[in-house]
Amino acid sequence: MNPVYYLYLAALLFTIGAAGVLIRRNAIVVFMCIELMLNACNLAFVTFSRLHGNLDGQIIAFFTMVVAAAEVVVGLAIIVTIFRTRHTASVDDASLMKL
Amino acid sequence: MENLIALLIAAPLVGAALLLCGGKRLDRTGHWIGTLLAVASFAVAAVLFTDMLGRATDDRALHQHLFTWIPVGGFHADIAFQLDQLSMTFVLLITGVGSLIHLYSVGYMAHDERRRRFFGYLNLFLAAMLLLVLADNYLLLYVGWEGVGLASYLLIGFWQHKPSAATAAKKAFLVNRVGDVGLSIAIMLLFTTFGTFAFAPVLDAAGTAGSAGEGKVTAIALMLLLAACGKSAQVPLQSWLGDAMEGPTPVSALIHAATMVTAGVYLITRSGALFDAAPAAQTAVVAVGAVTLLFGAIVGCAKDDIKKALAGSTMSQIGYMIMAAGLGPIGYAFAIMHLVTHGFFKAGLFLGAGSVMHGMNDEVDMRRYGGLRKHMPVTFITFGLGYLAIIGFPGLSGFFSKDKIIEAAFAKGGTEGLILGGAALLGAAITAFYMTRVMLMTFFGEKRWDPDEVHPHESPKTMTIPMIVLAFGSVFAGGLFSINEAFVHWLEPVTSLAHGHPPFGATVTTAATVVVLLIGVATAWLMYGRRPVPATAPRGSVLTRAARRDLLQDDFNHVVLVRGGTHLTDTLVRLDHTLVDGAVTGTAVTMGGLSGLLRRLQNGFVRSYAAQMVGGAAVLVAVTLLMRGV
Amino acid sequence: MNSLAAAASTGEAVQFWILGTVAVVGALCTILMKRAVHSALSLAGTMIVLAVFYLANGAYFLGVVQIVVYTGAIMMLFLFVVMLVGVTAADSLKETLKGQRWLAAGLGVGFGILLIAGIGNASLKEFNGLGDANAGGNVQGLAALIFTKYVFAFEVTGALLITAAVGAMVLTHRERTERTPSQREQSLARIKDGKQVTPLPAPGVYARHNAVDIPGLLPDGTPSELTVNPTLRERGQIRDVSQEALAELKALEQRSQEWLGRGGSESPAAPTTTPAAPKEEAGK
Repeated sequence: MNPVYYLYLAALLFTIGAAGVLIRRNAIVVFMCIELMLNACNLAFVTFSRLHGNLDGQIIAFFTMVVAAAEVVVGLAIIVTIFRTRHTASVDDASLMKL
Repeated sequence: MENLIALLIAAPLVGAALLLCGGKRLDRTGHWIGTLLAVASFAVAAVLFTDMLGRATDDRALHQHLFTWIPVGGFHADIAFQLDQLSMTFVLLITGVGSLIHLYSVGYMAHDERRRRFFGYLNLFLAAMLLLVLADNYLLLYVGWEGVGLASYLLIGFWQHKPSAATAAKKAFLVNRVGDVGLSIAIMLLFTTFGTFAFAPVLDAAGTAGSAGEGKVTAIALMLLLAACGKSAQVPLQSWLGDAMEGPTPVSALIHAATMVTAGVYLITRSGALFDAAPAAQTAVVAVGAVTLLFGAIVGCAKDDIKKALAGSTMSQIGYMIMAAGLGPIGYAFAIMHLVTHGFFKAGLFLGAGSVMHGMNDEVDMRRYGGLRKHMPVTFITFGLGYLAIIGFPGLSGFFSKDKIIEAAFAKGGTEGLILGGAALLGAAITAFYMTRVMLMTFFGEKRWDPDEVHPHESPKTMTIPMIVLAFGSVFAGGLFSINEAFVHWLEPVTSLAHGHPPFGATVTTAATVVVLLIGVATAWLMYGRRPVPATAPRGSVLTRAARRDLLQDDFNHVVLVRGGTHLTDTLVRLDHTLVDGAVTGTAVTMGGLSGLLRRLQNGFVRSYAAQMVGGAAVLVAVTLLMRGV
Repeated sequence: MNSLAAAASTGEAVQFWILGTVAVVGALCTILMKRAVHSALSLAGTMIVLAVFYLANGAYFLGVVQIVVYTGAIMMLFLFVVMLVGVTAADSLKETLKGQRWLAAGLGVGFGILLIAGIGNASLKEFNGLGDANAGGNVQGLAALIFTKYVFAFEVTGALLITAAVGAMVLTHRERTERTPSQREQSLARIKDGKQVTPLPAPGVYARHNAVDIPGLLPDGTPSELTVNPTLRERGQIRDVSQEALAELKALEQRSQEWLGRGGSESPAAPTTTPAAPKEEAGK
């Protein structure tokens, strides 16, 4: 089997995630889509690791996971805070920065 | 000895600083401080002169280097002085006549409440003028050049409460500025051509042919001529001198007759080697000189204001000097000689005019004078001696110097020599005419003033003594200088001397000079001596009316320069408003419109921004792929 | 383990095509499901499939971490927040931004095509395999790299995690700045507002259900949503008291009327029949 299929799968998942970010209004779902994109990247890293025969790709994927965990923690905290003050989790409503 | 040179300048400079910054406590003694420092400067000059005479001819030049002013890479400007025979002559003239005029001003300005300031300006002028003639490079000369311009401006406008004086000062300053631009351009050209602006290396380099293209040297010389025209009131920059007579009379005598206006002659003589290397520029110089000497003389004939008549005369006499300087080595020495004798008799004439005005309640119109010789005997005699000197009466100063210039003009040879000599002769005749006219209208004939209102009287001693001293100079200087051609040989190491070969003998020239002189005097006597002078000016011929209006110089300037300049600026402003501003405003409006369009991208929806990000990322990926493909 | 050395086996190919399909379907469900909970569960499924792929690619440690940390911890955190915030979880998929959906679709397809074209251009024919790298064990190999070559990044991510933890605490923590209003003050405020002075009505008026998600009936028989907890109301989890139920109620009343009309001899039976109806309903 050609290793490139793993990469095609990663690209497909990444694109689906990106489209989700653009389509969904619920901040939590948007977050999930971002997680999906990160996972797609991780899959590509792991595949590359196997392609090149060294473990550096896996290390990067590992760091991606750690950073993603941190991001999720903070992001969800922000969503909770926004929800407490504005009673909504829709990203369209958070537009105070607009003139 | 050379350490004394700086002292020459320092004395009047200290005086200026003291008087201008000293405040009211110096009001009562200020004029004496100023006079004393001018005399001190003269004393130093005398010591230096004696010392110079005691040395061998080729060892007379002194040089003093004070400090390096601006050392930047290859650019070196020094504060350094050079005292050679030419500078010495000027220093003696400036400090000597300057001291006398300081003394005269003590009496003349006795009732002016701003006398201290006046003496401060006079001292400032002395310092600047000495700096001008002592500088050993063009840049330092430029500093002095601007300094005398400033002093001239301040002194012409000294009675600034009179709008005419303020305007005249501004006019003098502006016209001089045109000349100054010429000098600054000349200095820049000098630096780019020769890499220095010290006199010695520049003039040496100019002397050796081929070191710089003749075109460049001609450009430099023409720019120097422009500068000389501005400062010495030569055509076409002559218009300011007549109005400059709005200043106090001692100022007219010192600055606008004896010293500052001769700076142009000094500049041309000093740069002689440059002019010798540029024959085209020399032709321009003699042309300017010849035109101005006739121009000034004609203007002098028509003026009823005694000072303005003398101003026309000054213009004319400086025309003689410029012409002589333009003749090259055959003329330099005579230009300077005429300059010195002119310094004596013209200063004396102006002081005499001032004395007359002093006695006549500041009346300047000669048609309201008449028969003053009985009331002011000393003024009459000194003024009369000055008069005889300026018309070139045989035996007096002016005769020797002017006769030599006419001779040199003929010696130029060819048609050019004949034209120049003819112009000089004609000028001599007109000079005799208008000076006789001034003399007759002022001191002879009947009284044309009201004895109840005006009480003509002789001036105080402080005023008459300088006049007497200057009268002595007017009478004897020329003769003294001409014994064995002493003056010419004295200057020879600086100006280099060549004897011309006139087409006819010196006797013929002298005889012609005397004949035209007599014709001029006789004509004037016929017109103003035999017949009574009307108290109001008659309408006069077209030429007379034109001459009264300074031969329409101001009208010319107004029509050509002022109106033309206004049109030019109007056009430029319109262009600026439409083209430049249009372009700028158009850009701004376009950018504003584009920004308005771009602003719509900021719609406040995060997902919209995210879409833009993804679009950007897609473009990046596409570009990367394409670039790799290429 | 050494089978991973170079070319992938046919078994792996089969596994890839089956599980890959599952992963893509899970991803599509994530972005298309109406409810956030369903999205989260779909995403968890995709992640588990990815974990299998990690394992298949020789990344044993990452595969386990993917399941334990990602699917286990992070996704549970998502679900926790969904429940906390979940009142609006029923997301309307109706697009509000003009053209956004088309834009998203266009960009997604274009971007995907670009990526896939880029990958297709690369000449990736064979795996080098991780046989050598994983020779001393995958975890040991990773640890050797993390604590030598990547030790600085490792320390920095440690600091990042701590910062994130503190940041989450700061963001969600709410300092109480004023005294809690007393009961009296609360009632005064209610009267002042003039909206609802009395306590809200209780659900389940007829006591036919003791569930809190059934609204009480007003005197005219219409259900009042006010009687139900607002959270349930927001989530749309109110049990419908349908017209059928109301009709049954009417029938019940009629029966009791009939029973009353027949006289008092059968009156003891009424309590026995009346409770029977609720039992039937509960069965439904």
